[in-house]
Amino acid sequence: MDDRRLETIIGRLLQAGVLLAAATVLLGGVLYLAGRHADRVNYQAFVAGGPDTRTLDGILRSAAHFESLGIIQLGLLILIATPVARVGLAIAGFALERDRLYTVVSAIVLLILLASLLHAT
Amino acid sequence: MTALEFTLVVWALSALAGFLGALTGLGGGVVVVPALTLALGVDMKYAIGASLVSVIATSSGAAAAYVREGFSNIRIGMFLEIATTIGAVLGAFLASRFSTHALAIVFGLILLQAAYMSFKGMPENAERVASDALATRLRLGGAFPVAGSPQTYGVRNVPAGFAMMFGAGALSGLLGIGSGAVKVIAMDRVMRIPFKVSTTTSNFMIGVTAAASAGLYLKHGYINPQVAMPVMLGVLAGALLGARLLVHMRVKTLRMIFGAVILALAIEMIVNGITGKV
Repeated sequence: MDDRRLETIIGRLLQAGVLLAAATVLLGGVLYLAGRHADRVNYQAFVAGGPDTRTLDGILRSAAHFESLGIIQLGLLILIATPVARVGLAIAGFALERDRLYTVVSAIVLLILLASLLHAT
Repeated sequence: MTALEFTLVVWALSALAGFLGALTGLGGGVVVVPALTLALGVDMKYAIGASLVSVIATSSGAAAAYVREGFSNIRIGMFLEIATTIGAVLGAFLASRFSTHALAIVFGLILLQAAYMSFKGMPENAERVASDALATRLRLGGAFPVAGSPQTYGVRNVPAGFAMMFGAGALSGLLGIGSGAVKVIAMDRVMRIPFKVSTTTSNFMIGVTAAASAGLYLKHGYINPQVAMPVMLGVLAGALLGARLLVHMRVKTLRMIFGAVILALAIEMIVNGITGKV
Protein backbone atom coordinates (compact mmCIF):
# COMPACT_ATOMS: atom_id res chain seq x y z
CA MET A 1 0.00 0.00 0.00
CA ASP A 2 1.53 3.33 -1.05
CA ASP A 3 0.37 6.88 -0.23
CA ARG A 4 -1.41 7.25 -3.55
CA ARG A 5 -3.52 4.10 -3.21
CA LEU A 6 -4.34 5.00 0.37
CA GLU A 7 -5.50 8.48 -0.67
CA THR A 8 -7.63 7.09 -3.50
CA ILE A 9 -9.48 4.79 -1.10
CA ILE A 10 -9.92 7.61 1.41
CA GLY A 11 -11.15 9.96 -1.32
CA ARG A 12 -13.82 7.52 -2.48
CA LEU A 13 -15.07 6.91 1.05
CA LEU A 14 -15.29 10.65 1.69
CA GLN A 15 -17.29 11.20 -1.45
CA ALA A 16 -19.71 8.45 -0.38
CA GLY A 17 -19.96 10.10 3.06
CA VAL A 18 -20.76 13.49 1.56
CA LEU A 19 -23.43 11.99 -0.70
CA LEU A 20 -25.00 10.18 2.26
CA ALA A 21 -24.93 13.42 4.29
CA ALA A 22 -26.44 15.45 1.43
CA ALA A 23 -29.20 12.85 0.89
CA THR A 24 -30.03 12.91 4.62
CA VAL A 25 -30.10 16.73 4.72
CA LEU A 26 -32.28 16.75 1.58
CA LEU A 27 -34.72 14.25 3.12
CA GLY A 28 -34.99 16.39 6.26
CA GLY A 29 -35.40 19.51 4.15
CA VAL A 30 -38.21 18.01 2.06
CA LEU A 31 -40.03 16.84 5.21
CA TYR A 32 -39.57 20.26 6.81
CA LEU A 33 -40.93 22.14 3.80
CA ALA A 34 -43.78 19.64 3.32
CA GLY A 35 -45.06 20.48 6.78
CA ARG A 36 -44.06 24.09 7.27
CA HIS A 37 -43.48 25.73 3.89
CA ALA A 38 -45.92 28.56 4.64
CA ASP A 39 -44.39 29.48 8.03
CA ARG A 40 -43.15 33.06 8.29
CA VAL A 41 -39.39 32.89 8.94
CA ASN A 42 -36.87 35.47 10.04
CA TYR A 43 -33.30 34.77 11.11
CA GLN A 44 -32.34 38.37 11.92
CA ALA A 45 -32.00 37.80 15.64
CA PHE A 46 -29.80 35.00 16.91
CA VAL A 47 -31.48 32.43 19.17
CA ALA A 48 -29.36 29.45 20.17
CA GLY A 49 -32.16 26.86 19.90
CA GLY A 50 -32.91 23.80 22.04
CA PRO A 51 -30.95 20.59 22.67
CA ASP A 52 -32.75 18.89 19.75
CA THR A 53 -30.50 20.74 17.33
CA ARG A 54 -27.44 21.32 19.50
CA THR A 55 -26.40 18.15 21.32
CA LEU A 56 -25.51 14.71 20.00
CA ASP A 57 -28.15 13.01 22.20
CA GLY A 58 -30.82 15.53 21.28
CA ILE A 59 -30.17 15.27 17.55
CA LEU A 60 -30.17 11.45 17.57
CA ARG A 61 -33.38 11.36 19.60
CA SER A 62 -35.08 13.90 17.36
CA ALA A 63 -33.98 12.10 14.17
CA ALA A 64 -35.16 8.74 15.60
CA HIS A 65 -38.62 10.31 16.01
CA PHE A 66 -38.41 11.24 12.32
CA GLU A 67 -38.56 14.95 13.05
CA SER A 68 -37.43 16.98 10.03
CA LEU A 69 -35.00 19.31 11.81
CA GLY A 70 -33.42 16.37 13.66
CA ILE A 71 -32.88 14.58 10.33
CA ILE A 72 -31.20 17.69 8.85
CA GLN A 73 -28.87 17.92 11.86
CA LEU A 74 -28.13 14.18 11.61
CA GLY A 75 -27.08 14.72 7.98
CA LEU A 76 -24.83 17.58 9.07
CA LEU A 77 -23.30 15.35 11.78
CA ILE A 78 -22.53 12.72 9.13
CA LEU A 79 -20.88 15.49 7.11
CA ILE A 80 -18.80 16.66 10.08
CA ALA A 81 -17.74 13.04 10.60
CA THR A 82 -16.25 12.73 7.08
CA PRO A 83 -12.98 14.60 7.73
CA VAL A 84 -12.69 12.86 11.10
CA ALA A 85 -12.98 9.51 9.31
CA ARG A 86 -10.39 10.71 6.82
CA VAL A 87 -7.86 11.23 9.60
CA GLY A 88 -8.77 7.89 11.19
CA LEU A 89 -8.20 6.07 7.89
CA ALA A 90 -4.89 7.88 7.41
CA ILE A 91 -3.72 6.52 10.78
CA ALA A 92 -4.56 2.98 9.66
CA GLY A 93 -2.81 3.55 6.33
CA PHE A 94 0.38 4.93 7.87
CA ALA A 95 0.39 2.09 10.41
CA LEU A 96 0.17 -0.43 7.54
CA GLU A 97 3.09 1.33 5.85
CA ARG A 98 4.96 1.02 9.17
CA ASP A 99 5.48 4.77 9.13
CA ARG A 100 5.69 5.43 12.85
CA LEU A 101 6.22 9.21 12.64
CA TYR A 102 3.11 9.87 10.56
CA THR A 103 1.01 7.37 12.46
CA VAL A 104 1.74 9.50 15.54
CA VAL A 105 1.19 12.81 13.69
CA SER A 106 -2.21 11.60 12.40
CA ALA A 107 -3.12 10.31 15.86
CA ILE A 108 -2.43 13.76 17.37
CA VAL A 109 -4.75 15.39 14.80
CA LEU A 110 -7.45 12.80 15.52
CA LEU A 111 -7.12 13.42 19.27
CA ILE A 112 -7.55 17.19 18.80
CA LEU A 113 -10.63 16.62 16.62
CA LEU A 114 -12.24 14.12 19.01
CA ALA A 115 -11.42 16.22 22.08
CA SER A 116 -13.06 19.29 20.56
CA LEU A 117 -16.12 17.41 19.25
CA LEU A 118 -16.71 15.36 22.41
CA HIS A 119 -16.03 18.24 24.76
CA ALA A 120 -18.53 20.40 22.89
CA THR A 121 -21.33 17.86 22.48
CA MET B 1 -40.67 35.66 3.87
CA THR B 2 -42.15 32.15 4.01
CA ALA B 3 -39.99 29.13 4.80
CA LEU B 4 -40.28 27.92 1.19
CA GLU B 5 -39.20 31.28 -0.26
CA PHE B 6 -36.32 31.58 2.19
CA THR B 7 -35.09 28.06 1.40
CA LEU B 8 -35.20 28.59 -2.37
CA VAL B 9 -33.53 32.02 -2.30
CA VAL B 10 -30.77 30.82 0.06
CA TRP B 11 -30.24 27.69 -2.04
CA ALA B 12 -29.85 29.73 -5.23
CA LEU B 13 -27.48 32.26 -3.63
CA SER B 14 -25.41 29.44 -2.13
CA ALA B 15 -25.24 27.54 -5.42
CA LEU B 16 -23.94 30.71 -7.11
CA ALA B 17 -21.41 31.26 -4.30
CA GLY B 18 -20.21 27.64 -4.49
CA PHE B 19 -19.93 27.86 -8.28
CA LEU B 20 -17.91 31.10 -8.27
CA GLY B 21 -15.85 29.90 -5.30
CA ALA B 22 -14.82 26.74 -7.17
CA LEU B 23 -14.00 28.61 -10.40
CA THR B 24 -11.86 31.23 -8.71
CA GLY B 25 -10.32 28.96 -6.09
CA LEU B 26 -11.42 31.20 -3.22
CA GLY B 27 -14.08 28.81 -1.87
CA GLY B 28 -17.79 29.37 -1.30
CA GLY B 29 -17.63 30.59 2.31
CA VAL B 30 -16.30 34.08 1.59
CA VAL B 31 -19.34 34.86 -0.57
CA VAL B 32 -22.07 32.97 1.21
CA VAL B 33 -21.64 34.74 4.56
CA PRO B 34 -21.94 38.32 3.25
CA ALA B 35 -24.71 37.26 0.84
CA LEU B 36 -26.79 35.89 3.73
CA THR B 37 -26.12 38.76 6.13
CA LEU B 38 -26.27 41.70 3.69
CA ALA B 39 -28.96 40.53 1.25
CA LEU B 40 -31.26 38.61 3.59
CA GLY B 41 -30.45 40.11 6.98
CA VAL B 42 -29.56 36.70 8.44
CA ASP B 43 -27.67 36.99 11.74
CA MET B 44 -23.91 36.62 11.24
CA LYS B 45 -23.75 33.66 13.64
CA TYR B 46 -26.25 31.60 11.62
CA ALA B 47 -24.38 32.57 8.44
CA ILE B 48 -20.94 31.47 9.65
CA GLY B 49 -22.42 28.23 11.07
CA ALA B 50 -24.00 27.37 7.71
CA SER B 51 -20.84 28.37 5.88
CA LEU B 52 -18.68 26.12 8.07
CA VAL B 53 -20.67 22.98 7.18
CA SER B 54 -20.67 23.87 3.48
CA VAL B 55 -16.87 24.22 3.65
CA ILE B 56 -16.63 20.64 4.94
CA ALA B 57 -18.95 19.45 2.15
CA THR B 58 -16.86 20.95 -0.65
CA SER B 59 -13.57 19.78 0.86
CA SER B 60 -14.66 16.16 1.37
CA GLY B 61 -16.68 16.10 -1.87
CA ALA B 62 -13.73 17.14 -4.02
CA ALA B 63 -11.18 14.86 -2.31
CA ALA B 64 -11.52 11.97 -4.76
CA ALA B 65 -11.03 14.22 -7.80
CA TYR B 66 -7.90 15.86 -6.38
CA VAL B 67 -6.33 12.54 -5.39
CA ARG B 68 -6.82 11.25 -8.95
CA GLU B 69 -4.66 14.10 -10.24
CA GLY B 70 -1.85 13.00 -7.91
CA PHE B 71 -0.83 16.41 -6.55
CA SER B 72 -1.88 16.47 -2.91
CA ASN B 73 0.69 15.57 -0.26
CA ILE B 74 -0.97 13.79 2.65
CA ARG B 75 2.12 14.08 4.91
CA ILE B 76 2.39 17.85 4.57
CA GLY B 77 -1.36 18.15 5.06
CA MET B 78 -1.47 15.95 8.14
CA PHE B 79 1.55 17.58 9.79
CA LEU B 80 0.20 21.12 9.28
CA GLU B 81 -3.26 20.09 10.48
CA ILE B 82 -1.85 19.87 13.99
CA ALA B 83 -1.54 23.68 13.75
CA THR B 84 -4.79 24.38 11.88
CA THR B 85 -6.99 22.28 14.18
CA ILE B 86 -5.61 23.86 17.38
CA GLY B 87 -6.05 27.29 15.76
CA ALA B 88 -9.60 26.40 14.72
CA VAL B 89 -10.61 25.45 18.27
CA LEU B 90 -9.25 28.78 19.51
CA GLY B 91 -11.04 30.66 16.70
CA ALA B 92 -14.39 28.98 17.42
CA PHE B 93 -13.98 29.85 21.10
CA LEU B 94 -13.26 33.50 20.20
CA ALA B 95 -16.28 33.61 17.86
CA SER B 96 -18.56 33.16 20.86
CA ARG B 97 -16.81 36.06 22.67
CA PHE B 98 -16.79 38.52 19.76
CA SER B 99 -19.79 40.78 19.12
CA THR B 100 -21.53 40.41 15.76
CA HIS B 101 -20.25 43.87 14.76
CA ALA B 102 -16.65 42.89 15.46
CA LEU B 103 -17.08 39.65 13.49
CA ALA B 104 -18.48 41.64 10.55
CA ILE B 105 -15.50 44.01 10.55
CA VAL B 106 -12.92 41.18 10.69
CA PHE B 107 -14.83 39.39 7.95
CA GLY B 108 -14.77 42.54 5.83
CA LEU B 109 -10.98 42.76 6.18
CA ILE B 110 -10.62 39.14 5.05
CA LEU B 111 -12.86 39.96 2.06
CA LEU B 112 -10.58 42.88 1.17
CA GLN B 113 -7.64 40.48 1.06
CA ALA B 114 -9.69 38.00 -1.04
CA ALA B 115 -10.58 40.80 -3.49
CA TYR B 116 -6.91 41.74 -3.77
CA MET B 117 -5.95 38.12 -4.49
CA SER B 118 -8.75 37.91 -7.02
CA PHE B 119 -7.50 40.93 -8.97
CA LYS B 120 -3.85 40.02 -8.76
CA GLY B 121 -4.10 36.25 -9.12
CA MET B 122 -2.33 33.84 -6.82
CA PRO B 123 1.41 34.51 -6.90
CA GLU B 124 2.97 31.33 -8.20
CA ASN B 125 6.41 30.21 -7.15
CA ALA B 126 8.02 28.31 -10.02
CA GLU B 127 11.53 27.83 -8.64
CA ARG B 128 12.12 24.48 -6.90
CA VAL B 129 14.36 24.15 -3.83
CA ALA B 130 15.88 21.32 -1.79
CA SER B 131 14.42 20.46 1.63
CA ASP B 132 16.08 22.02 4.69
CA ALA B 133 17.09 19.93 7.71
CA LEU B 134 13.75 19.91 9.57
CA ALA B 135 11.69 19.21 6.44
CA THR B 136 14.07 16.35 5.59
CA ARG B 137 13.68 14.87 9.05
CA LEU B 138 9.88 15.13 8.70
CA ARG B 139 10.05 13.64 5.17
CA LEU B 140 7.79 16.39 3.81
CA GLY B 141 9.24 16.51 0.29
CA GLY B 142 7.58 14.61 -2.54
CA ALA B 143 6.99 14.40 -6.25
CA PHE B 144 4.21 15.55 -8.57
CA PRO B 145 3.46 14.88 -12.24
CA VAL B 146 4.77 17.40 -14.79
CA ALA B 147 3.86 16.50 -18.38
CA GLY B 148 3.52 12.85 -17.39
CA SER B 149 6.82 12.38 -15.54
CA PRO B 150 7.28 12.90 -11.79
CA GLN B 151 9.20 15.99 -10.64
CA THR B 152 10.53 16.03 -7.08
CA TYR B 153 10.29 19.03 -4.77
CA GLY B 154 11.69 20.07 -1.40
CA VAL B 155 10.15 21.95 1.51
CA ARG B 156 11.58 24.86 3.57
CA ASN B 157 10.73 27.09 6.53
CA VAL B 158 8.56 24.57 8.38
CA PRO B 159 8.24 26.59 11.65
CA ALA B 160 7.07 29.76 9.83
CA GLY B 161 4.59 27.77 7.73
CA PHE B 162 3.35 25.98 10.84
CA ALA B 163 2.76 29.32 12.62
CA MET B 164 0.84 30.71 9.62
CA MET B 165 -1.30 27.58 9.58
CA PHE B 166 -2.22 28.21 13.21
CA GLY B 167 -3.44 31.67 12.10
CA ALA B 168 -5.33 30.18 9.14
CA GLY B 169 -7.06 27.75 11.50
CA ALA B 170 -8.00 30.54 13.93
CA LEU B 171 -9.55 32.59 11.09
CA SER B 172 -11.44 29.53 9.87
CA GLY B 173 -12.89 28.92 13.35
CA LEU B 174 -13.66 32.59 13.93
CA LEU B 175 -15.44 33.23 10.62
CA GLY B 176 -16.67 29.82 9.43
CA ILE B 177 -14.61 29.98 6.23
CA GLY B 178 -12.05 27.55 4.79
CA SER B 179 -9.28 30.19 4.72
CA GLY B 180 -7.76 28.32 1.80
CA ALA B 181 -6.02 31.45 0.50
CA VAL B 182 -3.93 31.82 3.68
CA LYS B 183 -3.11 28.11 3.61
CA VAL B 184 -1.93 28.33 0.00
CA ILE B 185 0.24 31.40 0.74
CA ALA B 186 1.82 29.58 3.71
CA MET B 187 2.67 26.52 1.60
CA ASP B 188 3.55 28.11 -1.74
CA ARG B 189 5.25 31.35 -0.66
CA VAL B 190 6.69 30.47 2.74
CA MET B 191 7.37 26.73 2.56
CA ARG B 192 8.18 26.80 -1.19
CA ILE B 193 5.86 23.91 -1.99
CA PRO B 194 4.75 23.84 -5.69
CA PHE B 195 1.53 25.79 -6.32
CA LYS B 196 -0.52 22.81 -7.58
CA VAL B 197 0.54 20.72 -4.56
CA SER B 198 -0.30 23.65 -2.25
CA THR B 199 -3.82 24.21 -3.60
CA THR B 200 -4.83 20.54 -3.58
CA THR B 201 -3.28 19.89 -0.15
CA SER B 202 -5.04 23.03 1.13
CA ASN B 203 -8.37 21.61 -0.05
CA PHE B 204 -7.61 18.41 1.85
CA MET B 205 -6.82 20.38 5.01
CA ILE B 206 -9.85 22.70 4.89
CA GLY B 207 -12.36 20.00 5.85
CA VAL B 208 -10.31 18.70 8.78
CA THR B 209 -9.74 22.27 10.03
CA ALA B 210 -13.45 23.09 9.83
CA ALA B 211 -14.38 19.85 11.64
CA ALA B 212 -12.28 21.02 14.60
CA SER B 213 -14.55 24.05 15.17
CA ALA B 214 -17.80 22.27 14.23
CA GLY B 215 -18.37 20.90 17.74
CA LEU B 216 -18.26 24.34 19.36
CA TYR B 217 -20.43 25.83 16.60
CA LEU B 218 -23.02 23.13 17.21
CA LYS B 219 -22.94 23.60 20.95
CA HIS B 220 -23.44 27.36 20.66
CA GLY B 221 -26.33 26.92 18.23
CA TYR B 222 -24.63 28.49 15.19
CA ILE B 223 -25.54 25.49 13.04
CA ASN B 224 -29.25 26.17 12.54
CA PRO B 225 -30.94 23.40 10.47
CA GLN B 226 -33.29 25.72 8.55
CA VAL B 227 -30.40 27.97 7.43
CA ALA B 228 -27.68 25.32 7.03
CA MET B 229 -29.86 22.97 4.94
CA PRO B 230 -30.20 25.16 1.80
CA VAL B 231 -26.67 26.58 2.21
CA MET B 232 -24.99 23.15 2.38
CA LEU B 233 -27.01 21.70 -0.52
CA GLY B 234 -26.54 24.84 -2.63
CA VAL B 235 -22.81 25.34 -2.10
CA LEU B 236 -22.15 21.62 -2.72
CA ALA B 237 -24.14 21.61 -5.99
CA GLY B 238 -22.49 24.83 -7.18
CA ALA B 239 -18.98 23.70 -6.24
CA LEU B 240 -19.32 20.32 -7.98
CA LEU B 241 -20.58 22.02 -11.14
CA GLY B 242 -17.83 24.65 -10.94
CA ALA B 243 -15.11 22.00 -10.60
CA ARG B 244 -16.48 20.23 -13.71
CA LEU B 245 -16.46 23.39 -15.81
CA LEU B 246 -13.15 24.72 -14.53
CA VAL B 247 -11.09 23.27 -17.38
CA HIS B 248 -13.30 24.73 -20.10
CA MET B 249 -13.61 28.30 -18.92
CA ARG B 250 -11.66 31.51 -19.25
CA VAL B 251 -11.14 32.22 -15.58
CA LYS B 252 -9.33 35.55 -15.82
CA THR B 253 -12.29 37.75 -16.78
CA LEU B 254 -14.44 35.95 -14.25
CA ARG B 255 -11.86 36.56 -11.53
CA MET B 256 -11.95 40.31 -12.21
CA ILE B 257 -15.77 40.40 -11.92
CA PHE B 258 -15.62 38.26 -8.80
CA GLY B 259 -12.96 40.54 -7.32
CA ALA B 260 -15.16 43.60 -7.89
CA VAL B 261 -18.14 41.88 -6.24
CA ILE B 262 -16.05 40.86 -3.23
CA LEU B 263 -14.60 44.36 -2.91
CA ALA B 264 -18.13 45.82 -2.77
CA LEU B 265 -19.17 43.20 -0.19
CA ALA B 266 -16.05 43.94 1.88
CA ILE B 267 -16.81 47.66 2.06
CA GLU B 268 -20.47 47.09 2.87
CA MET B 269 -19.58 44.54 5.54
CA ILE B 270 -17.09 46.88 7.25
CA VAL B 271 -19.41 49.89 7.07
CA ASN B 272 -22.33 47.88 8.45
CA GLY B 273 -20.13 46.48 11.18
CA ILE B 274 -18.97 49.94 12.25
CA THR B 275 -22.44 51.52 12.11
CA GLY B 276 -23.86 48.50 13.98
CA LYS B 277 -26.31 47.41 11.25
CA VAL B 278 -24.99 43.83 11.03
